[in-house]
Amino acid sequence: MNVLAYLIPVSLILGGIGLVGFIYTLRSRQYDDPDGDSRRILDAQWDDQPKP
Amino acid sequence: MACPGCIALPLDGEGPQARADDILLSLPDIHCQVCIRTAEQALTARDDVAAARVNLTLKRAYVTPQGDVSDDALIETLAGAGILAQPLDPSVLRSTETARAGQALLMRLAVAGFAAMNVMLLSVAVWSGATDATRDLFHWISAAIALPAVTFAGQPFFMGAWRALSAQRLSMDVPIALAIILALGTSLWETALSGHHAYFDAALTLCFFLLAGRYLEFRTRAAARSAAEELTALEVPRATRIIGGVPVDGPVAELSIDDLVLVRAGGRVPVDGIVTDGHAELDRSLLTGETIPVAAGPGTAVAAGEVVISGPLTIRATAVGRETSLHRLADLVAVAEAGRANYTPLADRAAALYAPGVHILAALAFVGWLIWAGDMRVALNIAAAVLIITCPCALGLAVPAVTTAASGALFRKGVLIKNATALERLAAVDTVVFDKTGTLTEGAPEVMNWNTLGREAQSVALALADASTHPLSKAIARLSGDRAALTAITEVPGFGTQALWRGKSVRIGRAGWAGPEEAGGGLMTWLDLGAGAPLAITFTDSLRAGAVEAVAALKNAGLHVEILSGDREGAVADVALAAGIDTMRANCLPEDKVDHIAALHAEGRTVLMVGDGLNDTGALAAADVSLSPATALDAARVASDMVLLGQSLAVLPDAVQCARAARRRISENFQIATVYNIVAVPLAVIGLATPLIAALAMSSSSITVSLNALRGTRR
Repeated sequence: MNVLAYLIPVSLILGGIGLVGFIYTLRSRQYDDPDGDSRRILDAQWDDQPKP
Repeated sequence: MACPGCIALPLDGEGPQARADDILLSLPDIHCQVCIRTAEQALTARDDVAAARVNLTLKRAYVTPQGDVSDDALIETLAGAGILAQPLDPSVLRSTETARAGQALLMRLAVAGFAAMNVMLLSVAVWSGATDATRDLFHWISAAIALPAVTFAGQPFFMGAWRALSAQRLSMDVPIALAIILALGTSLWETALSGHHAYFDAALTLCFFLLAGRYLEFRTRAAARSAAEELTALEVPRATRIIGGVPVDGPVAELSIDDLVLVRAGGRVPVDGIVTDGHAELDRSLLTGETIPVAAGPGTAVAAGEVVISGPLTIRATAVGRETSLHRLADLVAVAEAGRANYTPLADRAAALYAPGVHILAALAFVGWLIWAGDMRVALNIAAAVLIITCPCALGLAVPAVTTAASGALFRKGVLIKNATALERLAAVDTVVFDKTGTLTEGAPEVMNWNTLGREAQSVALALADASTHPLSKAIARLSGDRAALTAITEVPGFGTQALWRGKSVRIGRAGWAGPEEAGGGLMTWLDLGAGAPLAITFTDSLRAGAVEAVAALKNAGLHVEILSGDREGAVADVALAAGIDTMRANCLPEDKVDHIAALHAEGRTVLMVGDGLNDTGALAAADVSLSPATALDAARVASDMVLLGQSLAVLPDAVQCARAARRRISENFQIATVYNIVAVPLAVIGLATPLIAALAMSSSSITVSLNALRGTRR
């Protein structure tokens, strides 16, 4: 059962990474314009260099 | 560390959107990446624009200006790029506050979901046979996750319960908060005594499901509100004041009494006042329902909300802002609304039965076990199990899920639900009352007796009508035919149009100028060919698209349909006949309309009022549920629960069907939840409910009702 000493922290950390990632997406306004973002990726305008 | 709720909120200035000095434009027609790029490039190419970002979801552009730039210039730039834009009044839009509340709720949902998953993982190990020190360790870890998570994620419920209790009543939040707190409390106690059963997973799952319901509810309301706000923000109220003989544009709010206000043709009168200069015809249909324009000249009293058809008029203001007759109609709305406030939503009615029942049941189980077994620990555990199993998921999750699905379906059909309970009230409707002008009819006239005129008269009428913007002229000009060759065409505002034709003076216009002094009723104009008696051209108000189908479908569905109009008897009878409506009332003042709705109530009817004018606002507010077209005056849209975004009325019967389906689905969900409780509650009361059974009963009932809700309105 010693494996629990690793597995429990590992599962908590993995879940925590997911939570932190979600908070990051929320904070950087990635849910403000879902329609627009899914369309912008089809646009070739900034394919060669990133938007300044 | 800052408050966890604030973590979710974006920092000020981060991201390009919603700055204080941003200019907002509505771009109703954009739909793809090319539109986005064209709009952004056109806007940023201007020197006076620092940045521009298009939001496709909201169909808006946020423009950060560099220096001074007006809305009109930006709209012109976009029009040059082939994109239709309209100015939005940012002060009316409160989307930023709404977005913040939504993000905070989403954050709580995420935390509850994360914690519930982890604790559930540990609980599965316990259920499948972990014992002794391992079980205690798992319980302690669960406690360490659950306590902070519930403290943060459960705040909406705790606060709601506190508000309800301090107002000395019971709400849905009270049993929820009590169940969560009791479950956590007994579980902690059990864990400390290294007991078998802990309910940490149940408390968190409960939180998660109910927060999901809250979030759905919030989303629906926010979407409806932002769409309604957008309709309002599209109308930036402006007026032209004459200062020292020079016309100056400015907001309506800056007008004061005795100002001279210039209203051009097609403009809406912003104040109550007296005409000092100019002749024009006024369209009062939004105020009174009359379709026939009224003549106005110096000395005529005009009221705010009237539309000047042929202009221009100079008006000396006698009342502005809240003092105008337009705003006094708002008092009528306030009085009428008081009658509607006593509607209790289904969910609240169920909660009123449910909340005391659950508390009594849990208390009885607690007292019973305390007496029977004499053990406080056992009794508390059983009370907690009862509270968790009776969790109001059907109320907290199923009702918002049904409402969200139904309002989404209706929104796609072009009906915007503004009020949270409007859908339920719509389902109960048995009488539909229509206003005539602008609701059943387009408000745009059509020529009736064209073929009786004769070819020469037709060609002259067409040529004269081409030169004018008067609605009746436009109705004539829409017809096809040869135009006579006229010279010296002049429009005489308030009277008509005149010209020279084969050396004779010809006129088209109102009675007394182009026709006889006294003319009969009805919507008509006169054509004077310079020789012989003037000819009358009569008009009818054409029916709105889908009106006939809508009325027929509503009648088929067993609803009683009526017309309630402020117009003359004859005009109303014509429309009633054309639309297939048997019951009508004409010559109604706004007060009469409210009284008639009240009379229908007294007969025990549930009324849907459909109207667009200021004279309807009282009736809209008095009816059980109300709908107005998007073209209606702001005041009418505010007073109604639903807004028809498209042109056609044909969606109305669909909306009623959809509302009835949603209501049926909600009661099915209550039944499903009741069956679960009938099975599971006895188990809990006799002490057989382990945390595993509690988790199973709760999750499966939540999932069943949600699936049933989604099945709901997809037809």
